[in-house]
Amino acid sequence: MNDKISNIINKIYKISAALPQINIMEVCGTHTMAIVKNCLRQILPSKINLISGPGCPVCVTSNSDIDNIIELSEERKNYIFSFGDMLKVPGSKTSLYEKRSEGANIKLCYSPADALDFAVNNPEINVIFIAIGFETTAPLTAVLIKRAFQNNIGNFFIYNIHKLVPPAIQFLLDSESKNNIHAFLCPGHVCAVTGSIPFDFIARNYRKPCVISGFSPEDILESIYMILKQIVMDKPSAEIQYKWVVKEKGNQYALKCINEVFETGRSYWRGIGVIENSGLILKNEFKNFDAKKWFKIKDKNIPEPKLCICGDIMQGKKKPFECLLFGKKCTPDKPVGPCMVSSEGTCAAYFKYEINKT
Amino acid sequence: MCVAVPAKIITISDNSAQIESMGVGKKIDISLVPEVCAGDYVIVHAGFAIQIVDSEEAQKILELFENYE
Repeated sequence: MNDKISNIINKIYKISAALPQINIMEVCGTHTMAIVKNCLRQILPSKINLISGPGCPVCVTSNSDIDNIIELSEERKNYIFSFGDMLKVPGSKTSLYEKRSEGANIKLCYSPADALDFAVNNPEINVIFIAIGFETTAPLTAVLIKRAFQNNIGNFFIYNIHKLVPPAIQFLLDSESKNNIHAFLCPGHVCAVTGSIPFDFIARNYRKPCVISGFSPEDILESIYMILKQIVMDKPSAEIQYKWVVKEKGNQYALKCINEVFETGRSYWRGIGVIENSGLILKNEFKNFDAKKWFKIKDKNIPEPKLCICGDIMQGKKKPFECLLFGKKCTPDKPVGPCMVSSEGTCAAYFKYEINKT
Repeated sequence: MCVAVPAKIITISDNSAQIESMGVGKKIDISLVPEVCAGDYVIVHAGFAIQIVDSEEAQKILELFENYE
């Protein structure tokens, strides 16, 4: 352990000595991974309780959306472009991964720009990009929609499931009963785009500390120390720890792109339900890029898997070990719920790194 | 997945740039950072630069990664 890290840990032990139990929610899936991978929960004083939030985009995608994308993939002329994590998510009957092994045209992409390039080079086929992610990824989609619009590309579509982080945090704070979150570790790269201002309400309206953190163990520990300092001084604010990347006003140009292409609307979060104004919906002038509308896909009413408690886990009410399926019927090889599917899902992270530590 | 490794902009051509990070070269899209210049450091997400970052700190972090065995 390097000196800087042990120094921060000492400071955390010292400052937390007089404090009661503090529940800190890390909103971002990459933070969850960094915490479990580096054993931070074990290193910290037991009164610092780190709980994982709804910050893994794959995990909050409804199985109805997965079924809709699978339906789109059944048309031979359609090519689905997806980030890797989406493929294993179980819909009600099958997954995109299984569909691909049966011969459906499902391609993995590193950059969404690959999907648009493919559409331009293959005008006879329909390219559908699964536009998933929070504010970090939404401007990428916005740029591509603008580019496709300007160049009159008629065979490029998105299956749009972009979501926004601050409305989900507000939803958790408003519905807070059993989870009792005292502070938030906020997502560094979402804030690289949004800046810290959209997170100010957490401190201003709810008097909860919130620190925008980087992704190294040192960053996370320092952010936790900053949170504890705010608690001790009773001065909650939206502070930036990840200063070399996050500016108070974010990336104004990226935000402008999002606002040109999208407007906010309601969105369904798997395991949580509908959250008003938490979704990004394509504006009317761009509606022809909306795969769901263009191909007239209708939502099916599909229940969540029985016994799965992913919803409670994503709201910080329960931990994976409290689930009857965890590690038994639900494993990364055969996931039942969404939190086990994505490598950044809370259950997958706990399965990989924490199962032998309890 | 958020990858917090900075990359240096080497050359720019329209919407795209050649970057270098820890000895690896790659072409990325720079549409979201219109003011970026060669020599700047950026954070890349899914093939797009999403923010220009503090050069000094970026160099320190890259050095740390390079010395990490």
